[in-house]
Amino acid sequence: MDDNILEMRSITKTFPGVKALQDVTLKVKRGEIHAICGENGAGKSTLMKVLSGVYPHGTYDGDIVYDNEVVEFGDIKSSEDKGIVIIHQELALSPYLSIAENIFLGNEQATRGMIDWNKTNSEAAKLLARVGLAENPITKVADIGVGKQQLVEIAKALSKRVKLLILDEPTSALNDADSEHLLDLLRHLKGQGITSIMISHKLNEIEEIADSTTIIRDGKTIETLDMKADSVTEDRIIRGMVGRDLESRFPDHTPNIGAEVLRIEDWTVHHPIQHERVVVRGANLTVRRGEIVGLAGLMGAGRTELAMSVFGHSYGTGITGRLFMDGKEIHARTVHDAIKHGIAYATEDRKKYGLNLIEDIKRNISVASLSKISERGWVNDNEEVKVAEEYRASMNIKAPGVTAVTGKLSGGNQQKVVLSKWIYADPEVLILDEPTRGIDVGAKYEIYTIINRLADAGKAVLVISSELPELLGICDRIYALSAGRITGEVPRAEATQELLMQYMTKVKD
Amino acid sequence: MAALDSVKTALTKNIRQSGIYIAFVLIIALFAVLTDGTLLTAQNITNIVVQNSYILILAIGMVIVIIAGHIDLSVGSVVAFTGAVAGVLIVRMDLPWWIGVIGALVVGALVGAWQGYWVAFVGIPAFIVTLAGMLIFRGATMVTLGNTQISPFPDTFRNIASGFLNGVLGGDGYDLFTLVVAAAGVAAFAFSQFRERRARQRYQQDVAGMPAFIAKIAAVALVAMAFAWQLAHYKGLPVVLLVLGVLVVVYSAVTKRSVFGRHVYAIGGNLNAATLSGIKVKWVNFWIFVNMGVMAAVAGIVFTARLNLANPKAGQNFELDAIAACFIGGAAVTGGVGTVVGAIVGGLIMGVMNNGMSLLGIGIDYQQAIKGLVLLGAVAFDVYNKRRAGVSR
Repeated sequence: MDDNILEMRSITKTFPGVKALQDVTLKVKRGEIHAICGENGAGKSTLMKVLSGVYPHGTYDGDIVYDNEVVEFGDIKSSEDKGIVIIHQELALSPYLSIAENIFLGNEQATRGMIDWNKTNSEAAKLLARVGLAENPITKVADIGVGKQQLVEIAKALSKRVKLLILDEPTSALNDADSEHLLDLLRHLKGQGITSIMISHKLNEIEEIADSTTIIRDGKTIETLDMKADSVTEDRIIRGMVGRDLESRFPDHTPNIGAEVLRIEDWTVHHPIQHERVVVRGANLTVRRGEIVGLAGLMGAGRTELAMSVFGHSYGTGITGRLFMDGKEIHARTVHDAIKHGIAYATEDRKKYGLNLIEDIKRNISVASLSKISERGWVNDNEEVKVAEEYRASMNIKAPGVTAVTGKLSGGNQQKVVLSKWIYADPEVLILDEPTRGIDVGAKYEIYTIINRLADAGKAVLVISSELPELLGICDRIYALSAGRITGEVPRAEATQELLMQYMTKVKD
Repeated sequence: MAALDSVKTALTKNIRQSGIYIAFVLIIALFAVLTDGTLLTAQNITNIVVQNSYILILAIGMVIVIIAGHIDLSVGSVVAFTGAVAGVLIVRMDLPWWIGVIGALVVGALVGAWQGYWVAFVGIPAFIVTLAGMLIFRGATMVTLGNTQISPFPDTFRNIASGFLNGVLGGDGYDLFTLVVAAAGVAAFAFSQFRERRARQRYQQDVAGMPAFIAKIAAVALVAMAFAWQLAHYKGLPVVLLVLGVLVVVYSAVTKRSVFGRHVYAIGGNLNAATLSGIKVKWVNFWIFVNMGVMAAVAGIVFTARLNLANPKAGQNFELDAIAACFIGGAAVTGGVGTVVGAIVGGLIMGVMNNGMSLLGIGIDYQQAIKGLVLLGAVAFDVYNKRRAGVSR
């Protein structure tokens, strides 16, 4: 019998209306580095949240066997007590506390309620030595780079006597040197008997470091590959990640493609806070009239960042490159200018960035185009109602009326309001970021139909999506983005999920 | 099912919106009974209006600030500062009263621009900027006045707050002019309502039936004329009521119907979405504070004229009364919600309660505590309603 430190048996987790995990099985051997791969939304993070107790026992079906006993975690604390520590993609450090304070946060080294600073700092120094971080424990976390912060997280995990370390996309925010150091550290920890589970999109890293790899797709376990026994290649992993049939979930559409509308040349964007980090590097891209162009990329590839930086510099700093509309160079440094030049961007996060949820449908539709229904600064309320009613009918927004508050609508109807807003703004180029995220299948079909209608009306449409089948189903041409670079451009006829995934996981030319 | 839902929504929405008006009527009725009708005498009604006018003027500016998701703690100090400027110009420098008024308004606008700059373009939270402003402009007041009081003001200036428009058209035991102005106001209201109804019909929207429509206008006319009748029996139409009335009408329209007003609500409702919809958020925020500065100057002029005194200690705690008026009137702490009329009613609720409790001989100590409870109760009611309506975030 194998010596498994962890066995997750037929885990099923349901969210209202969505089956996020279905009968997932995961076996992790003691002392190995186990990688988990899958597309965005495949269920990897959900599985790890089940394991670490974020979703407590009782909210899912199935058993977790850890160290040869069935465990029922009620919260994160109880899983940590057993030595399971998860390090999330977004680091959970308090920036203005010192490294030592962060390491012992929630686990303070205290005697009779008073913190023993000598012990805190000397213990922290020992842990930092173990992770190979040469920093003074009293340094503030805000003053060290992301790579080092990642190491602080691991030191924190070590302080909790970790036996099973879970890392969610540990290298996505790191540069090459820091990534290499992190992978070395994982090997080193493996030597000390610590088991690691690593979620990653970087297949080359997985190939380099993992002992076995489990592939998850659409909330199901597909297979577990032994990275040593089989001669597993990146292609082999990709096949597992995407192997899914294209169903007839997409309306038929014959494109009528005209002249070029939008052209982006040598577009480079830096991170808004960490200025030295390049988020988009030298991107070139065109979209033509009547064309639906896809932008594929995994989490952190820089898709949204590219789109928002084009949309009036609403993301990033140090933006360089040239932007052309209809062959003429434009300078759109504010959202207002971008809209004036005929660019619209419908966000991926409609609740946070797309809608005023306490306001009604009509005012959400009109907000980007108030000049159209106003005269000398005064809004014509009746015209607004008329416009909103037209969109409610044409977009099939299901609501009691245009005075219904958008916060109460379903995801699909909210998305239709967002689309109405931008269609009413009458742009030449529409950038749609994850237009079908969190929407049920029926509404997705409607959204696809709307996108086709826009292209037929001569608009240039750029669709960002994490779902490759969706891009293959609706786009005439697809760009792949990886780590801020455009790594491939594929016309519809040649596009396959495997090919795109290859480009999307390509690290460097 | 959908039809039933829409009826339900309309009902809950209406209760939420009109809850404050119902409370207002109940409070008036309560104190009218408790004071044996003294509350509603001609003299007392006039007093309530004049005593609370400067808070109400501040509340008009404040509600816009609050809808946009900010706060202004400095208005009390700005009232004192602009009053001091008017005092120096009119009394010390012996300039005409209208130069003093213009000077105070300009200074108010500059103060607003100063605060708006820090909030909008530098990005410092309004709480901090206006907390600093509260200290800065209190200090500036003392410097301007040289730490003494300035008085007396000429009658022309004092009339802004204590003057009455009366006798123009005569009248026997009552002032006909007041009644004519009120009637004109009612006629204008009826006309605009009628026009709006016609426009809505042209756009094929649902309108209330004709009997309900006429009943609504008749009710408003009745209350307005009864109010005017009482005023006419006393000294006539207070000048400050006219100022207040014009401000309410103008700012109701600005918040409800102007593009600027829409932008204010959009910013308060979801700042990110507003930015990504192409709204020039920084400039809107800037003008909101300039406007607040001007309104504080108007309040400063009225207050100084009423006391006949420019005083370094003037306007203390006015910001709290103005903010409380907005929240009692249904504005949301998180921004995006609120109306000018709501804020006015909120301010009047406090005013009527102050006045009523004073008439009953309740001490200032109890008055403060009761006012606090009313504020807490009003906001709790709002929070409860929102939770029931199920609007998330």
